[in-house]
Amino acid sequence: MEEVLAASQEVDTRPVGRIALLQEFWSYFSENKGAVAGLFFFVAIIIIAILADFVAPHAPNEQFRNALLQPPFWVNGGSTDFLLGTDAVGRDILSRLIHGARFSLFIGCVVVSVSLVVGVILGLAAGYFRGRVDTFIMRIMDVVLAFPSLLLALVLVAILGPSLINAMIAIAIVQQPHYVRLTRAAVMSEMTKDYVTAARIIGVGRLRLMFITVLPNCMAPLIVQAALSFSSAILDAAALGFLGMGAQPPAPEWGTMLAEAREFILRAWWVVTFPGVAILTTVLAINVMGDGLRDALDPKLKRS
Amino acid sequence: MFAYLIRKLGVIAPTFFGVTLVAFVFIRLLPGDPVLLMAGERGMTEERHAKLMAEFGFDKPILVQYGVYIQDLFSGDFGTSIITKQPVFKEFFTLFPATMELSFVAICIAVFVGLPAGMIAATKRRSVFDHVVMTGALTGYSMPIFWWGLLLIIFFSGILGWTPVSGRISLLYYFEPVTGFMLIDSLLSGQSGAFKSALSHLILPSIVLATIPLAVIARQTRSAMLEVLSEDYVRTAKAKGLGRGRVIGMHALRNAMIPVITVIGLQVGVLFAGAILTETIFSWPGIGKWMVDSIFRRDYPSVQGGLLLIAAMVMIVNLVVDLLYGLINPQIRHRD
Repeated sequence: MEEVLAASQEVDTRPVGRIALLQEFWSYFSENKGAVAGLFFFVAIIIIAILADFVAPHAPNEQFRNALLQPPFWVNGGSTDFLLGTDAVGRDILSRLIHGARFSLFIGCVVVSVSLVVGVILGLAAGYFRGRVDTFIMRIMDVVLAFPSLLLALVLVAILGPSLINAMIAIAIVQQPHYVRLTRAAVMSEMTKDYVTAARIIGVGRLRLMFITVLPNCMAPLIVQAALSFSSAILDAAALGFLGMGAQPPAPEWGTMLAEAREFILRAWWVVTFPGVAILTTVLAINVMGDGLRDALDPKLKRS
Repeated sequence: MFAYLIRKLGVIAPTFFGVTLVAFVFIRLLPGDPVLLMAGERGMTEERHAKLMAEFGFDKPILVQYGVYIQDLFSGDFGTSIITKQPVFKEFFTLFPATMELSFVAICIAVFVGLPAGMIAATKRRSVFDHVVMTGALTGYSMPIFWWGLLLIIFFSGILGWTPVSGRISLLYYFEPVTGFMLIDSLLSGQSGAFKSALSHLILPSIVLATIPLAVIARQTRSAMLEVLSEDYVRTAKAKGLGRGRVIGMHALRNAMIPVITVIGLQVGVLFAGAILTETIFSWPGIGKWMVDSIFRRDYPSVQGGLLLIAAMVMIVNLVVDLLYGLINPQIRHRD
């Protein structure tokens, strides 16, 4: 027996187990300096969002009547009380941005979890059963994809009524087909492999085969997609907020803040600039991280 | 090729059927009485309500209603706007050229900047230029374009005063639309300054709309190019002693173009989603702004008709791209 093991180790001597896999992943991931920076930035935003009540200098909706549209501290007329200035009703912009991080992360988490779970189940069903089930599911996904995403989200919100929750539902529905397609493709390629045939012959049950045997081997593209759709969920939610169809004022959601700031664009640049910087840097950090994830998880690129 | 076309149509037909179903169901899912929504009136009498109910066909079984809806669609009846009382079809195609012009200019910018940028980045891999292009592309890809538009307005319209803030052309000029493209019509009108005015209105919105496709195209071109450059036939070409320009231009670029063309085709839907935001910011009188306005004005028949027409447009463009793709690459045509 030991001889056999020794022989097989010659073929593949890579360490196994969760920790070793993580270490291998990290060694690839950390090669990409940008991705690591993106990860740290993202973690920093998460911490700031969690500690928003302690980090923010003021309450997000507290109005300072004697400090309306005050510029940032480095501009003439600004003060260090309000580092990034105040908006038209005297609310501290920095505090609102810090609290706004909660909204964006919450939106990203909810949208990704919902669309991932539902998308994976549908994709798994389509790829596993094929035939009519497959055709039925994929045709529905084609219909969803036929509409420009933002338009469909807008219309869904018009049906459900404008609110943050409904915006999240709409975005989750719009993002769903990507997960379904990815899962289906991955499942279909896994199903032809020997280990699946072996599991079938042993008599592994259908659900166990789908979720425990096949699914874990389809995770790499899904993880990358999850990172990318986290950032596009934040962008779409901000766009809906900007159009007045997302989070409603006075919620300090970044897109909603931009919508409120629009009329002051030529008078007070800071009320427009900072919420956008917050959206851009967060989305950029996640995308850089997503690129790194893809490179680290993609076996084709690993070897080269 | 014909068989390929038939197969593609076979996939598109059920999708189109599904799209009509979505548009049909849409108005029935909205909260409130569909008759009131369709008529855009409040507090009508019982008799009028019953009369309109019969007129709109809401009293018939749902399947019959859907049949009637499909029948109307095929006779070109996409509903009537509550606000303007105009047929939705007519409204749509009055505004469509504005969106078309904007999108066309945007995609031109995206292709003519993104393609060379991606190519040069690939041939000079890990150079400063490569890093700048890739950082720029990733930033563009992550851009909230509604904010980007506002920033450009602050800078170019507010501070520098170079460009107007909204609209398609200065009110000083008026001419009958010939092509619907303001740039062409302004030239045809022969009024001095009209073209310049149209161009200055178009420049910022088209840059904003081009941002995301530009980033995507640059990234895609770079990675396609990198892949092709490592192929054996490129090495062979180099070994044969062909000049660098010839290897890249003749051998590599051609093959790298295939995935790039697909990506350009896929940008149509993205462009439309972008047009919704861009047109809203710049008050550009196109389809995107019209859809947003219709939603806010509760002009649901317009939303319903617009939704269907836009989806049909996107599907047609994707079909054309698929066919072109099949034409360029026989492998695709004969697959499965």
